[in-house]
Amino acid sequence: MRHISVEPPPFFHRGPSPLARLAFFGLLSLALLFADSRYHYLENIRRAVGTLLYPLQRVVQLPGEAIAYVGTYFSSQRTLASDNDALKERLLADAPSVQGYSLLEQENARLRALLTVERRFQGAAIAAEVMYSGRDPFTQKLFVDKGDAAGVLAGQAVIDEVGVVGQVTRVFPNMSEVTLVTDKDHAVPVRVERSGVRSVMYGSGTGRLPELRFLSPNAEIQPGDRLVTSGIDGTYPAGLAVAQVVSVERETGQMFARVTCRPLAGVDRSTLVMILGQAAVYAPRPEEPSETDAPRKGRGKRRPS
Amino acid sequence: MAQLASFAPARPEEILLPVKPWYVVLTLMVAFLGNLLPLSGVALVVKPDFLALVLLYWCIREPRLISVGIAWCLGLLMDVADGTVLGQHALAYAVLAYAAEYFRRRVLRFPLWQQAAQVAVLLLFCAGLVLLLRVMGGAPLPRWTYAVGPLTGALFWPAATVLLQWPQRPPASPSER
Repeated sequence: MRHISVEPPPFFHRGPSPLARLAFFGLLSLALLFADSRYHYLENIRRAVGTLLYPLQRVVQLPGEAIAYVGTYFSSQRTLASDNDALKERLLADAPSVQGYSLLEQENARLRALLTVERRFQGAAIAAEVMYSGRDPFTQKLFVDKGDAAGVLAGQAVIDEVGVVGQVTRVFPNMSEVTLVTDKDHAVPVRVERSGVRSVMYGSGTGRLPELRFLSPNAEIQPGDRLVTSGIDGTYPAGLAVAQVVSVERETGQMFARVTCRPLAGVDRSTLVMILGQAAVYAPRPEEPSETDAPRKGRGKRRPS
Repeated sequence: MAQLASFAPARPEEILLPVKPWYVVLTLMVAFLGNLLPLSGVALVVKPDFLALVLLYWCIREPRLISVGIAWCLGLLMDVADGTVLGQHALAYAVLAYAAEYFRRRVLRFPLWQQAAQVAVLLLFCAGLVLLLRVMGGAPLPRWTYAVGPLTGALFWPAATVLLQWPQRPPASPSER
């Protein structure tokens, strides 16, 4: 008796079953998810594919840009004149502080020279235009039109005309990704302008206001206070406006006060931003004295620059 | 009026012409570009995932051309374009393609608006899967508007079906004119 094959003839053959394919690709994506979110192994692949996708993204933006261009072309002379007046007024209003600032800067430079302290920030700031806001509903990101080619580096601070917007987190050849201060667990070291109390502001994610953590209930802070960067981390230069305190809840029995604040910068509205120069590289932290006399090698913690 | 009447899905007795592979590629590319549109605010919330929609259509209509593997690759592209965690869209699209292959005979039996309801369930399921993965990975919960995108996607389903099968409609026979 001949064996009758139950396999379908080759022209019906369609490869592995859908469920097998799903299992394979499902496991592959889980592995990718894990590798990307925990270890950031795949930045190179992301960068390469992102570079290939850049022309497509530019093409998609063209219609919007064309409409905006036509809009500006037809904006009336009156709007331009009133804008011009407003800007002149603002320039005049800012003049005293700007002039005072240059004086202070000179004085500061002299004092620092006396103390032989390095300038804290090097490199010029780069103006960049916001291309689009991130489409991922779980994070708060912004994509701007300057990248490697313009000398942007990951870790640089980004501000707009009012205050801190965020920090550059990924750099592509012609664009870069900015993580906003409202992104979950994005930390900005701040100082209360009025009282000098230092704290760290943590973003809370989409639709929620950032909060200050680890402030004792009796800290000198009240609603309406302005928060400025303290410059302790070496990423954000000191003295940039960050946020305004919205509410302070001091409950007895709680270890810390609950302080929420509202970012000052048009975090999701600004169209022009400034990428600040790289922070000066700090000297590595001196090695901690060990119990034995021989200093252990490679254990000194370095500050991320 | 004749124009309006012609904007309707193929009747069951109509036999569609075989699809050209370049047309499938073209529609997927256009859908991908649609996802790249620089929107913000309400438009961004309402915007459906065009690529998922077109992918679903082709997985249901042409499972031999488009299936889990291609869906996964497109998902990976989407991950890079959106700057999300790599593998998130890939997994969602692979599951979507598998579900489409599993349910395709059943979905096609219904009129378009009932198909749309089933598509809504599929898209919401994938959105839920992504939500679960991201929240397990430490992301905060998004706003309720997260569910709006899949629902508008389902609303687009009838229009997408009519548009996508347009080139495959046979020319009207002389007796019908």
